[in-house]
This record gives sequence, structure tokens and C-alpha cells, in this order.
Amino acid sequence: MLIDTVLFYIFAALVLGGGILTITRRNAVHSAMWLIVSLLGVAGLYLQQQAEFLFAVQIVLYVGGIMVLFLFVIMLVNLDQAARERQFNRHWFVALVAVAAVGAEIGYFIYRGRTGFHIAELGAPIAAPHALGNTEMLADTLFSEYLLPFEIASLLLLVAVVGAVVMAKKRIQ
Amino acid sequence: MGSFFVITVIKAAIVFAVLMTTLAYLQWVERKVIAHIQVRPGPYRVGPHGLLQPLADVIKLITKEDLVPSYVNKPLYLLAPFLAITMALLSISVIPFGPTIDVAGHRTWMQLTDLNIGVLFVLAVSSMGVYGIALGGWASNNKYALLGGLRSSAQMISYELPLSLAIAAPLLLSNTLSLRHLVGTQAGAIWHWNVFRGPFPQIFSFIIFLIAAFAETNRVPFDLPEAENELVAGFHTEYSSMKFASFFMAEYANMITVSCMATLLFLGGWSAPWPAEYGSNWVPTAIFALAGVLALYHGLHPARRRDRLTLPVFGIVFFGIAAIFQLAILQSWLLPLFWFCAKTGAILFAFMWVRGTLPRFRYDQLMGFTWKFLFPVAVLNLLVTAFLVALVG
Amino acid sequence: MPGNFATASDVIRFLPEIILAVMGTLLMILDPLLHRRSSNAFGHLSILALAGALGGAIYAYLNGGPAFGGMLMVDGFATFFGVLVIVAGILTILPSYRFLARQGAETSEYHALLLFSVAGQCLMVAANDLIMVFIGLEISSISSYILAGYLREDKRANEASLKYFLLGSFATAFFLYGVALIYGSTGTINLAGVNVVLSGPGAPSLVFVGVAAALMFVGLGFKVSAAPFQVWTPDVYQGAPTPISAFLSAGPKAAAFAVFLRIFTTAFAPIGHGWEPLVWASALLSMTIGNFAALQQSNIKRMLAYSSIAHAGYVLVALTARSEVGTAAAMFYLAAYAFMNIGAFAVVSHLSGKGERYQNIEDFSGLAQKQPLAAAMFSIFLLSLIGVPLTGGFFGKFYIFKAALESHLVWLTVLGLLNSAVAAYYYLRILVMMYMREPAEATEAVEPLSPGLRLALIVPAIGTLFLGIFPNWVLDFAGKSSVLLK
Repeated sequence: MLIDTVLFYIFAALVLGGGILTITRRNAVHSAMWLIVSLLGVAGLYLQQQAEFLFAVQIVLYVGGIMVLFLFVIMLVNLDQAARERQFNRHWFVALVAVAAVGAEIGYFIYRGRTGFHIAELGAPIAAPHALGNTEMLADTLFSEYLLPFEIASLLLLVAVVGAVVMAKKRIQ
Repeated sequence: MGSFFVITVIKAAIVFAVLMTTLAYLQWVERKVIAHIQVRPGPYRVGPHGLLQPLADVIKLITKEDLVPSYVNKPLYLLAPFLAITMALLSISVIPFGPTIDVAGHRTWMQLTDLNIGVLFVLAVSSMGVYGIALGGWASNNKYALLGGLRSSAQMISYELPLSLAIAAPLLLSNTLSLRHLVGTQAGAIWHWNVFRGPFPQIFSFIIFLIAAFAETNRVPFDLPEAENELVAGFHTEYSSMKFASFFMAEYANMITVSCMATLLFLGGWSAPWPAEYGSNWVPTAIFALAGVLALYHGLHPARRRDRLTLPVFGIVFFGIAAIFQLAILQSWLLPLFWFCAKTGAILFAFMWVRGTLPRFRYDQLMGFTWKFLFPVAVLNLLVTAFLVALVG
Repeated sequence: MPGNFATASDVIRFLPEIILAVMGTLLMILDPLLHRRSSNAFGHLSILALAGALGGAIYAYLNGGPAFGGMLMVDGFATFFGVLVIVAGILTILPSYRFLARQGAETSEYHALLLFSVAGQCLMVAANDLIMVFIGLEISSISSYILAGYLREDKRANEASLKYFLLGSFATAFFLYGVALIYGSTGTINLAGVNVVLSGPGAPSLVFVGVAAALMFVGLGFKVSAAPFQVWTPDVYQGAPTPISAFLSAGPKAAAFAVFLRIFTTAFAPIGHGWEPLVWASALLSMTIGNFAALQQSNIKRMLAYSSIAHAGYVLVALTARSEVGTAAAMFYLAAYAFMNIGAFAVVSHLSGKGERYQNIEDFSGLAQKQPLAAAMFSIFLLSLIGVPLTGGFFGKFYIFKAALESHLVWLTVLGLLNSAVAAYYYLRILVMMYMREPAEATEAVEPLSPGLRLALIVPAIGTLFLGIFPNWVLDFAGKSSVLLK
């Protein structure tokens, strides 16, 4: 149990630390690297929940696919100029106050309503031994209960791809 | 519990030692193979038939000056080779080399660890290998290196799609993600191997897998990230000494991984091509005996003076190995290991053969080939396989 | 293997979306074959697809019920809005023929994205599960982002698309965060399930669900351009191609309101007293900001954008009523609004000329002399937007304020009526321009009405008048459907 706790905090630190460094680094490649660290932390958390399929998919898709593409674009487009410029606009103080206010507000609400959060009890089935592996259970749920969202998400991706091509191709005619 | 740790440590040590030796000698084999394709002797100076050449190479690489150029992005420059070699070696840890064996009263797998998502794990780890190359190219702050890094990231992403689809198709036949079970479902004989098995033989997947694997490992004809006549040395232009060696080793380790994966996914892993009662047990003995005879014969008619001594020694060693394969106690684990190594070795040989034969792609051809041909074919193959599997099952 | 894949009834209830998605894909596949022959072919095919979807929606309604294990709910409410967004799609394509030809930008992608967008909206209005709401919302939104920036050579369109995309993604993230909190606190994302958990014993603390509801309100408030999340509206409506501005103000808006109504009156009904003040304030703010900002606009598209913010405020008044009468009033209003606004934008599209040069209110001067039909139709739409009797807009406002009074929202009603009076000024200004001024450069250069445009003006005009003279037909259906909601 102790190991679990320690690992959880390590992964959580990776996720949060990676996230913070992602948005504070000026060098875009460094930001991308920290984002990868953050995503790996999430993968670790999946693994801790015995969701090994999600763990692998998280790495294959996000780290091995999407982030490589990000890195490719960052390397292709010269971002040195942007890195040298001031990154924060003049309203940063207003933004900071607004963010702090909203953060405090939401934090207060969550604190007040923390008893309403039942997720700990719902987590029980994960601990129970199951004959099927995580992959099989995920597949069963995905293709029966969540069949429609799963399939229709392909339409969403198609729209995004078509949109990207429409926006990026050389001329409309 | 205690024995578990001991066994694991011993296994890890063995796998590591064998792998490192293989990496070093694979390069010797490659040089020899290509040399013979081009009708030259290849490495011949260091040791008999250049057998000590890898050792000399290692010493050279270790003792060379380890230079870090002043204009590089240091953290990422140092991280890149480390990433490359780590990711390359990591996948070996889940690859099974043989069935369960009993050693000194302990039952264990010939594998470091069995994951129920072994296939996905290998995919995940190998997909991260590209970072070593891409970052190395970027951090070097050199236009040739950057071009190499860019090429490799675009190429890896593009070829990963057909690769994954080609892997998915045999998984439909075997219905498991564990590499160990994968071999179990193909046991018996050659017509049970996924590459020949009904309802839809995975011969197309196998070919797509091999092509994509060539690209994923940046091998000829897809070695554009390091195309020497365009990019000096590509992504590793600025690397020297052991850091260069890390990239080098990573490439060979990746070759071994994908060859092992091809063996496990398509060629039945360590199972023999036909059952033992029809004499498949005698194949290794026969092969090594034949090799011994050949070596002895050439020893009698040596091409060079030194061969008069070395070739008969090789012949005797081969005869010895042939004899070992007939020892009943060792057969239970030597035979699977032999078949596994034979299949993997055949694919590795194909890597070298292709390198000695084919010219390099042009960059637009490379991209056009995968997106316009390989990917659609892989999708079609997967669809047909899925349809037939659903129809039969 | 669990055998509960899609059944025949699931497929029937999903028919409109299937038709739209398949036809959208087909359009792009046929692109190389059709493009040489006739650029109108895409428009014809799209109208065919939408007509098919309309038939599919009605057929699905006749075989209504839950589909895909409760993911979708094909009831009167879903069908009402489904038909509305499909008709909005058809009315968008009619003026697009001429518009696209004038800009030299006829491609299959325009029509395909429009079909996908409508498909996403059909999903949204039928969704009975937050994950389906989210996916439908994203399909609809992403298509809209692209369509808004469809004329890529135009700087304004670029700005519109980028602003819409960035802010829209942000808003969707808010919505998604709310969904996550709902799942965390209730353990379900099915709307009926959330209702059961919230009204049952051991319901999670109101403060916590309140945060979730507020976050979802932010996301949906953005999509319906309710204040204070309305800032994107004028820029996007101005920059987007005019038929698309019309579409944005009708289709996605109606669908987002449908989601709004469904979520807040089913899932969040038990905490209604909690969110009522929030919607009350937003309604008032939207009406006031929209109307007063519209007063100062000289660009007609910006003016219509601000007016659309104000009209979102009126619909929010209906939502604040938290009654079935209010829901029915909102449904009626959205239908009337779709007709009159699409019609109004069609006139703008007709007049704007190549490169959308003529967009100012002065450009309408003397239109009545040059093209009496277009001017007459525009007048009908404007009068309806004001809320003059015998038009759909009148009964829309009438039912909304009636519902608000029934729910004892006296102050909101009074302020809303005052707002309508303010609005009359800027709509009437255009009427004055058209009928009491001499023709100017724009009206001199205006081209004759094409058949598509003629249809695009007459159909909404008939719709507007029909709703104004026989409101009961639609209202009865809306009333019945609003009861079916829970």
C-alpha cells in the first residue's frame, strides 16, 4: 500500500509539474518535452488503476503519435522569434486577479461540497478480482454500452480532418 | 519470493549479456554479409575472419574524445542518445524467447516478464524511440541534423500507422495481446502460424509489417534521417564517442526487436515448423553438422593460409554444437531457442540483404508510398481479416 | 459476447443523422466527378440530403423512443428541434448558390461541412446523455468554426474563424469540465439518471453540483451567445460568409438551446431554485447588452448579431420560467426566430455583392424602388424581429412573457418588454432606409433575384407569417413535446 501511495504522488507530481513547466517554458521544444512528461505521468496513473490498456494507448497515441507531430511542427516552424518576445500581454495582472478569484471561488465550492463527491466509493469494483482483463472489459463496454458515442466520434474526427484540409490547402478553387 | 528476485536478476543478466554481444556481432555479421554481396572479404584483420572486430570497435568508440559542441542545447543533446538506447533496450524485456523451463527445481519463463498487453507495450516503447532521433537532431543546432530529425519524426509517424494496422490483423486471429499466448495460439505446425493460417492468411500483414519495420528502424531503403550524401550524417552529425555508439546500438537493438516481433506475431515464435514426431528435432543437428562438414572441407582447400587452421577449428565447434542438440536434458529448451533464433535471424538477414541490394527512396516517394499505398492496403487487409474472422467465429 | 449491438429500432431512430453523415461523405467523394459538370450539383445534393433527413426525422418520430440504450431520446422535443435545424440547413443552402458563385468558392466541403454540422445538431437535440451532448456539440461547433472562416482570402473571415475557434474551444472545455464534475458527484452522465440521483435521498451537496451546473452554463451560454459570453458574436457574424451567419444564428443556436432546455429542465430540475437567479441575470444582461449595442451599429451584420444576442436573452427568459409553458414558448420562439433571421440574412447576402462590399445600413437605401419583393420580404422579417402582431415574432414574445408572468417573474417581464421597445428603433431604421430614401450605389448595383434566393426569401416569409397567424399548430405540438421532456 505504501508503495502505491508513493507511486501515486510521484506520478501526480509528474503530471502537475510537467503541466506547470509546459506553460512556463519559453522554448517551445522544452514545453513539448514537459508536456510529454505530464502525459507519461497520466499513463502511470492509469497503470496504477490497473487500466493497462489505457496506459499503453495513452503512450502510443499521445506520446508516440500526437506529441511527435507537435514536435515536428515546432521544429519545422521556426519559433525562435516567438521565444525571444515577451510572452505575456499587458493584461496579465487583470488575468491573474481573475484567475485567482475564480480559483478561490471554485476551491471554496469544492471544499464546501466535498461530501458530495462519491468517487471513492464508486472505485470499489476496480479492486474486485475480475476474470476478464482490462482490455476485454474496455472493449465490451465500448462496443455495447458506448457504441454510439464511440462510432459517432469518428464523424467528429472526420469533420476536424476535413476542416483542417479546407483551411490549409493552397487555394479554394 | 526470494527465489523470484534471484531468478529475475539472473535472467536479466543473461539477457543483457547476450543482447549486448548480439548487438556487437550483428554489426560484424552485417559487414560480412554486405561484403560478400559485393564480392569482398569484409573485416578480416582483427582476429580470425575479423571475429574480434566488434571488440576493437567498442574499444575505439569508448576511448575516442567525447565532444559536446558549445552551441548545442545541452540538456536535450545529452538526453537524446540516452532516450534512444533506453527505449530500444526496454522492449526486449517483454519479448519471450521460449517456453517455460525448469532450472534447478525452479520453473520459469524464458522471458524477463510477461505482460498481458505485451504487444501494446512494445508498440508504446518503440513509438517513443523517435524522440531520441528527433531531439538529437534538434538539440544539435545544426541544419543537417535538424533535417535528419525532422525527416525521422515525419517518417516514423507515417509508417507507424501501417505498422500498427499490420500488427492488429494477426491479433484478430490470435485474440490476445500477450506475446506468450500469441505463440501458444500458433503452436503445432507451419500451417498454424499466423502468416499461413485461416481464415485469412496474414501474408500481406507480414509484408506490410516488414516494410514498415524497415522504415521504423531507419534502415535502407528508408534511411533518410541519416542519408550521408545529403545530410552528412543526419541526426547524429554532432555526436561522437559513446553517444554516437548509443544511437548505433539503438538502431541494431530496434532491428532485433522488430525481428522478434515479426517472429512472434507471424512466424509462430519458438514453435517448430512441423511436429517433433516427423523429425523436426533433428533439423538443428543436421544444419550444424552440415556447417561443420563445409568448414572442414574448406579447411582442406583453404583460400588463405590462415584458413588452414581456423576453418577446421570452426568445423569441430559446429560438430560440438550439433552434438549438444542431441542431449535429451537440454533439448526441451535448446530446441525452442534454436527455432526462435533461426526465424529472427532469417529476418535480420533480410534486413542486411535489402541494405546490400536496394537504393534509397526519394523523400516524396517515401511519403507517397506509405500514405497512398501501404496505409490503404493495410486498412483493407485489416477489414478483410476482421470480416472473415467474424464470419468464421 | 454481449449481443446488444444496434437493433433495427436504434437505427431507425438514428436515421436523420445517418443520412446526413453518409451524404456529407458522399459529396466529398463525388467532388472530382461533379465539379466539372455543374457547381450547383453540390447544392442540389445537399438539399436532397436534408430533405431525406427531414423525412427520416419524421419517420423516426413515428417510431420514437429511446435509442442505443438511452443514449438518444427521440421524442417530440427532439423531433421539433431536429426538423428546425434541418429546415435551417435547407434555408442556408438556398442563398448559398448565388453567394458562393459570386465569391468563386463553390466546393463540396462547404456543403459537406454544413451537412455534418446539421447532423451534429440533430445529435445534440436528441441526446439524452452528456457524452452524446458533448460529441454532438463538438461536431456542430467544429464545422461552424471552419464554415465561419470558409472564405480564406478574406481577413475578416480569418479573424472570425480564429476567434470563434479559440473562444469556442474554451467554452467547450468549460462544458466538459462541468460534465466531469457531474459524473464525479452523481456517478452517471445519463440525464434521467442525474435527475434521479439529485432528487433522491443522499443527493450530493448542492454547492458541488452547483459548480458543475455553472460550468455547463458557461459552455452552453457561449454557444447560444448569451451575455456575458456574447463577445464573439458580432465579430463572427460579421466576418463569416453571410449565409453561414444566418445558419449560425438559427441552427447551432436552436440546438444549443435545445440542449440547454433538456439539461436544465430534466437533469438539473431538482436544483432549479439554485440556477434560476443565474439564468435570470444572464437573460436580462443579454437583452440589454444586445439591444443597446445594436442601436449603435452601422454594419447590418453586426447589428443582426447584437439583435441575436438580445433574442437569446428573450429565450432565456422562457428558460427562467422553469415551466412546461416556458419550454413550449422557447421552442415556439426559436422556430419563429430561425425563419425571420435566416430570411433577414438572406436579404443581406443578396445585397452584399462580390467580396461582401455592401454591408452598411445606408446601402439599403431605396431598395424598395429597385426590388420591391426583396424589400417587402425584408420588412416582414424586420417587423417580426420587432414583434409586431400577425408575425411569428409577436407570438413568440407573447408566449414567453406570458410564461414568465405565470412563473411570477414580473420584473424580468417588465424589463424585457422595455427592451423590445428599444429594439424597435434600430429595426425600423432599416425600414426607413429602404422605403424613404433614394437608391444608392449598392442598390443600383444589386443583381436580379436568382430562383434560389427567391425561394430563400419567400419560404421564411411564409413561415414567419404562418406562425403569426396560426400559432396554435406549432404551439400545440411544442406544448405536447415539452410535457414529454422528463
